Amino acid sequence: MFNDRSPIYLQIADGIKNDILGGSLKEDEQVMSTNQYAAFYRINPATAAKGFAQLVDEGVLYKRRGIGMFVSPDAREKLRSARRERFFAEVVEPMLDEAKRVGISVDEITHYLRSR
Amino acid sequence: MIEMRGVTVRYGATVAVDSVDLSLPDNKIYGLLGRNGSGKTSLLSALASYRRPASGTVLVDGEPAFENPRVMRQTSFIRDTLDLNDSDRVSAILDIAARLRPTWDAAYAAKLVEVFELDARKRVSALSRGQRSMLGVILGLASRTRLTILDESYLGMDAVARTLFYRELLADYLAHPRTIVLSTHLIGEVAELFERVIIMDRGRILLQDETDALRGRGVTVTGPVEAVAAFAAGHPVLGEQTLGATRAVTLDGRFGPDEIARGESAGLTFGPLGIQDLFVHLTSQPLEASR
Repeated sequence: MFNDRSPIYLQIADGIKNDILGGSLKEDEQVMSTNQYAAFYRINPATAAKGFAQLVDEGVLYKRRGIGMFVSPDAREKLRSARRERFFAEVVEPMLDEAKRVGISVDEITHYLRSR
Repeated sequence: MIEMRGVTVRYGATVAVDSVDLSLPDNKIYGLLGRNGSGKTSLLSALASYRRPASGTVLVDGEPAFENPRVMRQTSFIRDTLDLNDSDRVSAILDIAARLRPTWDAAYAAKLVEVFELDARKRVSALSRGQRSMLGVILGLASRTRLTILDESYLGMDAVARTLFYRELLADYLAHPRTIVLSTHLIGEVAELFERVIIMDRGRILLQDETDALRGRGVTVTGPVEAVAAFAAGHPVLGEQTLGATRAVTLDGRFGPDEIARGESAGLTFGPLGIQDLFVHLTSQPLEASR
């Protein structure tokens, strides 16, 4: 489930963001409690809490006192625009670098994309 | 809060724990890591007030802990030797624990006996190494003491039993938060349970940090000799290997995605350094280099 590349709390936050983007977590829907999350993924609850706190800081989740944490109404749209901004730098650029290394021209790439 | 102030443990001329200062805020799970002979068990004996330090003090909420009955009732220290009477039956040992420990949860102990499939009618002498460890875990967890210390309590347990142990430990901690200190070499399989790790080396605390902060710390870099050297400049090198024109180095520190991307475009490949590997690198360094 988790890897050694980055702190688990960031991986937790990313996982929840992906669930929101993918639509499996809806806006204003309640997310698991940190204890449920910790028990399910067998991690320390403080780590889970840190991941959730990060999402609250970013405005992706909001807290309702004594009830739990919920997906912010505008979370999906905010995440989408943030990811769209990073799409060319993080997805397209590395692809072009690799294409250049192995000698694939931009024409070949556009041809491939059009044919799909 | 449990504090160690300048604690030194000596065996004759050997210094096992060398003037250690350590603060353990309450209700966290701590992992104590260290190689054989690094002083883990000695440190834990002092922490549990089983042993009076040669110098220094252990304070629990500011009160000296040694020979303090209030503190001792709320401390359970499970050593691998278990300190049990070999001819006693498991059931009798659990009964004794119930009488000695005001916080003992007999129903929970019975549940753990079932989870581990221990035969409570057996005598301690008839238990396998792994079953002795399970009994230790039961004594430690069912005591529900404010401070529970489990010193290499997985010894002899197979992978299934260890998984059950970690699962029970976490579930019971979630239901009854308390301070748990677990010493281990098997960092990879338990690191996710620890809120903080304490790494000991040669009687001293080498590092104490959030476990999660250690994930993503350190990286392995492989590529052409010059490119690796250029990237590594200014970073602490934990290990290195060269094969022909290819060099692989292990670097300490944190590396941002931009730095990694620049390295990759210079022909380098990067790999993460797991907590286990970080531990091995940090504790196999000459003393000066690791500080």
